[in-house]
Amino acid sequence: MSKERLRLAAAIGLGVAAALAAGPVSAQVKVGAVLSASGPASFLGDPEKKTLEIYVDDINAKGGVNGQKLQLVVYDDGGDANSARTFATRLVEEDKVVAMVGGTTTGTTLAMMPVFEDAQIPFISLAGAVQIVEPVRKWVFKTPHTDRMACQKIFADLKRRSLTTIAMISGTDAFGKSMRDQCVAVAPQSGITIAHEETYGPGDSDMTPQLTKIKATAGVQAVVNPGFGQGPAIVTRNYRQLEISYPFYQSHGVASKQFITLAGVAADGVRLPAAALLVADKLPDSDKQKPVVVNYQKTFETKTGQPVSTFGGHAYDGLMILVEAAKRAGGFNAAKLRDEIENTKGFIGTGGTFNMSPTDHLGLDLSAFRMLEIKNGDWVLAPDSGT
Amino acid sequence: MAEFLQFVFSGLTVGAVYGLVAIGFTLIYNAADVVNFAQGEFVMLGGMTTVFLGYAGVPLPFAAAAAVVITTVVGLALYRFAIATARDANAVTLIIITIGASIFLRGVAELVFDKRFHSLPPLFDRDPIRIGGATILPQSLVVLAGAVIIVVLLWALIERTLFGKAVIATSANHVAAKLVGIDTRVTVGACFALSAAIGAISGILITPITLTSYNAGTLLALKGFAAVMLGGIGSAIGAVVGGILLGLLEAFAAGYVSASYKDAVAFLVILAVLFAMPHGLFGKAKVERV
Repeated sequence: MSKERLRLAAAIGLGVAAALAAGPVSAQVKVGAVLSASGPASFLGDPEKKTLEIYVDDINAKGGVNGQKLQLVVYDDGGDANSARTFATRLVEEDKVVAMVGGTTTGTTLAMMPVFEDAQIPFISLAGAVQIVEPVRKWVFKTPHTDRMACQKIFADLKRRSLTTIAMISGTDAFGKSMRDQCVAVAPQSGITIAHEETYGPGDSDMTPQLTKIKATAGVQAVVNPGFGQGPAIVTRNYRQLEISYPFYQSHGVASKQFITLAGVAADGVRLPAAALLVADKLPDSDKQKPVVVNYQKTFETKTGQPVSTFGGHAYDGLMILVEAAKRAGGFNAAKLRDEIENTKGFIGTGGTFNMSPTDHLGLDLSAFRMLEIKNGDWVLAPDSGT
Repeated sequence: MAEFLQFVFSGLTVGAVYGLVAIGFTLIYNAADVVNFAQGEFVMLGGMTTVFLGYAGVPLPFAAAAAVVITTVVGLALYRFAIATARDANAVTLIIITIGASIFLRGVAELVFDKRFHSLPPLFDRDPIRIGGATILPQSLVVLAGAVIIVVLLWALIERTLFGKAVIATSANHVAAKLVGIDTRVTVGACFALSAAIGAISGILITPITLTSYNAGTLLALKGFAAVMLGGIGSAIGAVVGGILLGLLEAFAAGYVSASYKDAVAFLVILAVLFAMPHGLFGKAKVERV
């Protein structure tokens, strides 16, 4: 029996310690996770799943939470909201989980929320949209920063540079549309005027006509491009091709090394808001987030051999907020657990410092984002960005 | 004026891409009367294979050559294992088979390669060419030149060689072609191989502009198919002209109307053209004797 377990453990690369810890020593507490580990959103769901697995093993190896071991129950919804809901029901009715950390996309999260609200089980979502926590629902929390915060961060940086009239070119995909709407909504209160707007389709391969029109619009001082995938890379190339001289802002949607590779030299000078995780090694030692992000990056990269992504970081934050809350609650009583999650104060995660409250189930402020600038094919912290 | 010129350049860039993809459709259609919906996947395979061989350390010229060979083999395999085995089926069935093949190839590419976007360096240095206040990337001209060269070679192949006559004969009447001693299986198989090779070359040439990923083929095939319909199916020149027209339409719609309506404008014009000329600009009406 134990030999088999060992072999199995070796086979899946968990190591001896984890295998022994997985033995039936003490009562296990089930934590659910419905993730989009395959399908179109797998680039989000896959690192989330790996992160949860790594850290649940790690927590168990260190003796669990309040002496209780965690058991992770993962279901893969393939990005489909219907199956996400089915799995959510299964987690509640059959697996009897104490909490859920998951919901990779906004679509799957919105589909699963009623299930956990009805069952009165805490649900920490890993999806982006602000609608998940606005209006506040009693049992639903989330860890990723929102589109609106990205817009506000960009606008704050623009204000600092005294650039108040901008043009926007946004993708018509879900991400681009949602962020564009948020930017348009917060522009007036941030003191930004949007003088001209253009769009492009997610599969388009040349955006010079739209950029030509922006170039010809009088008074524009900067250009913002909310978008996701290959579109922003092409927009960036076209932007340089047309030799437009205004400062150019991308969104957190392209905050990955891949964007720099795709856009090439054209990416130089582009600014974008991104989580601290991306620039872990460049943060000053005085930064209180530095130990957390450096640690997470090291752990994730050695265990998986893949570069770290902010998405896995959201899962780390969700799991740790849950664990900390359980420690404070002294167990996994649903109501107490929920109250303690809501009481999260000063928790430093990969996404920023979380201060939740009954009116704020996200708990991040703008300091969660760092303003980055691309220089010579790498990120640097933008000189006047503050923290 | 500079704006107008920039729209033209944008249209030429996008149009050359569409045209180059569209050429791939014509050969298989001529030989087998089938629209090969896996053509976009050939384009994707050409680009992605080059990218990944490049990552593996193969110098890019060799990687590109190897990608063309590999895609050609895939094209042959598609013919041998999917089309040839169903050779008695009618055209609609064969078209459905090619749709299935395209989904299959996309799935395999997702596993063999990855789901990210990739790019290739352009053939010449990156500085855009400046004309009258507008700019065009050298790679756009490379794509245009590639399209023209392939059209000329195809024309010579079809009109000036025995193989070309065999293709025309096979297309006109399968049974009669067999009776005069043409090995129709070899002919159609060769057309699949050639189309795959053309697709791969297109993929390699356009990747520096469009970028590529495992599912890049779907949209390219759709636009390429629209270009083919506009130009007249079966005509290589029609494919390129159709592609460039489509690109120009999109660029002008994006520039003078709105980017949100550019696809709608383009397809409206195509519909209008097809109402007036049902066989496309360069297509020949087929006369069937009963």
